[in-house]
Amino acid sequence: MNIIVCAKQIVNVTDIRIDKKTNKPVLQGLDNKISDIDKNAVEEAIRVRDEKGGKVTIIMVGPSEATETVKELLAMGADEALLIPWDQDYDYHVVSELLIGGIKKLGDYDIILCGEASLDLFSGQIGPRVAELLDIPQITYAQEIGADDEKVVGDRNLGDSIVTVESSYPVLITVTKEINEPRLPSLMDILGAANKPIEILEADDVVSEVSSPTVETIDITGVSMDRKNIIYEEMPVGEAVSKLVESLGKEGVI
Amino acid sequence: MDFELTDKQKMIKNMVREFAQKEIAPVAEEIDKEEKFPHEIIKKMAPLGLLAVMVPQEYGGAGLDTISYAIVIEEISKECASTGVIASVHNSLVSWPITEFGTKAQKEKFLPILAKGEKIGAFAATEDNAGTDLGALETTAKLDGDEYVINGSKTFITSGKDAEIHIVFAITDKSAGHKGISAFIVDKEKTEGFEVGAIFEKLGIHGSVTSELIFKDMRVPKENLLGEEGDGLKIALATLDGGRLGIAAQALGIAQAALEESIEYSKNRQQFGRPISKFQAIQWKLADMATNIDAARLLLYRACHAKDQGGRFSREAAMAKLFASEAAMEAAVEGVQIHGGYGYIKEYKIERLFRDAKITEIYEGTSEAQRMVISRDILK
Repeated sequence: MNIIVCAKQIVNVTDIRIDKKTNKPVLQGLDNKISDIDKNAVEEAIRVRDEKGGKVTIIMVGPSEATETVKELLAMGADEALLIPWDQDYDYHVVSELLIGGIKKLGDYDIILCGEASLDLFSGQIGPRVAELLDIPQITYAQEIGADDEKVVGDRNLGDSIVTVESSYPVLITVTKEINEPRLPSLMDILGAANKPIEILEADDVVSEVSSPTVETIDITGVSMDRKNIIYEEMPVGEAVSKLVESLGKEGVI
Repeated sequence: MDFELTDKQKMIKNMVREFAQKEIAPVAEEIDKEEKFPHEIIKKMAPLGLLAVMVPQEYGGAGLDTISYAIVIEEISKECASTGVIASVHNSLVSWPITEFGTKAQKEKFLPILAKGEKIGAFAATEDNAGTDLGALETTAKLDGDEYVINGSKTFITSGKDAEIHIVFAITDKSAGHKGISAFIVDKEKTEGFEVGAIFEKLGIHGSVTSELIFKDMRVPKENLLGEEGDGLKIALATLDGGRLGIAAQALGIAQAALEESIEYSKNRQQFGRPISKFQAIQWKLADMATNIDAARLLLYRACHAKDQGGRFSREAAMAKLFASEAAMEAAVEGVQIHGGYGYIKEYKIERLFRDAKITEIYEGTSEAQRMVISRDILK
């Protein structure tokens, strides 16, 4: 069973702060990491491979220095990786095309696994786009999958219901974080990851022409959470409530 | 010269940090409160290689460098200093001397067991009248046929009650003075005459369960002699040089945790209409803490590097241990001060850090003993 996992490097989103003067997120100096749910996808890939045999290949479109974070996935147990360096703006269509170009270079596959969405942009578009462009079936939001020789069964978590679906191979599956608990690599695994291959192919090597971005990012700004600091001096409760309601009305809250 | 960790070291830091936050942090308070030896955590550390960081791979270890080891102990100690010292003793005071001075048979017999965490290690040197002055040991070992008969007692033994593999120091030839001390590997389970004495109630590191050990006609097979007869003091001093790196790393973890707790608290605690982090009095405390921690880390990494280069590193280790432990104490004291009244109650982590920090200035050589080592080296 050949399994490809699409992974993304993101900044540690919990450390992002908003510059008070510019109201823009400060992204410099933050630690990089693999988007959390992508680790669930890798864990699931390793589980299926250990059960059915085959290999797990990581594919990433991301910064050229991302080999460092890719090694974490190799330490977890993936067998090899392909990195397509891409330092330009992250456009879903462009990235999907680059991923498909890379996947085609990797040869035959049975399952492509993705996290349901990345923790930074959380659009959830990459998995479905890749499946559509490859013209293969997709199972999104899988919280459990069972792979046998002929077919794969996935439980899709749709929030208010669980839908069980079945697909032939090849198939693309996006997983939710509930599907498993990603393993921590041991010190020995970390040492071993250094000897696993990371192939680097430039964008030009995987697509004949890089498409133009389909989405234009006009601006990214922080959500303003400034407090009004209105203090009501001591007064009868009824009067205070009226004043509060009046103020909330003026602010358009109620 | 490069001040960056290698890719591997960064991955190790991330892995151990994630492990410590996930598995240790949620139970650290309970370990402290109930003075409970963290058996469950130790069991989870073994498959990750954290109990045999520097042990060669042929004996089941990771065979890593000493900076990686320091990173492991720092990250564990950030969440629980008790688990940090248990791991430090296990790695650097037990597995290391067996790796360095043991016979092939001893390495094959004991190192894999220690690496898998099947048995925990302890270092039994200190006695009532012999701490910094190891030459004053009173425990004796006499050869009787194929066994040594050991009599005496040990005190302040980290993991003493729960450990199974003890490195025990005893006098084999009183007339030879310092050259009459020998070291033995003692497997508690297989040894008659090995008793655990009093368990000490301590100020901090409650989870490391410190105890007395009593040896009454304890019979240890001759093949468990570590090194040659009379090598004991040499083994102890060389081992403690490495051990000090572990304690420096533990101290660094405590200091780093105190700083992070203080930063977080000072950003959230409002007084006079703004966070207390906006006051210069708090800012200067935090700046001093951060500077000391950085300096301690650099001294520690330099000492680890010196160890990996081979040759003596006593002065570097003593400087790292001295500075890191005093940085930890200072960070804990100032951390409590920044927390004000809340720092004095058990609900806040800084209270535990304050109690845990003090021991780093005492065990594996007091600050005074470190200054002695350093001054001897610079005045020779």
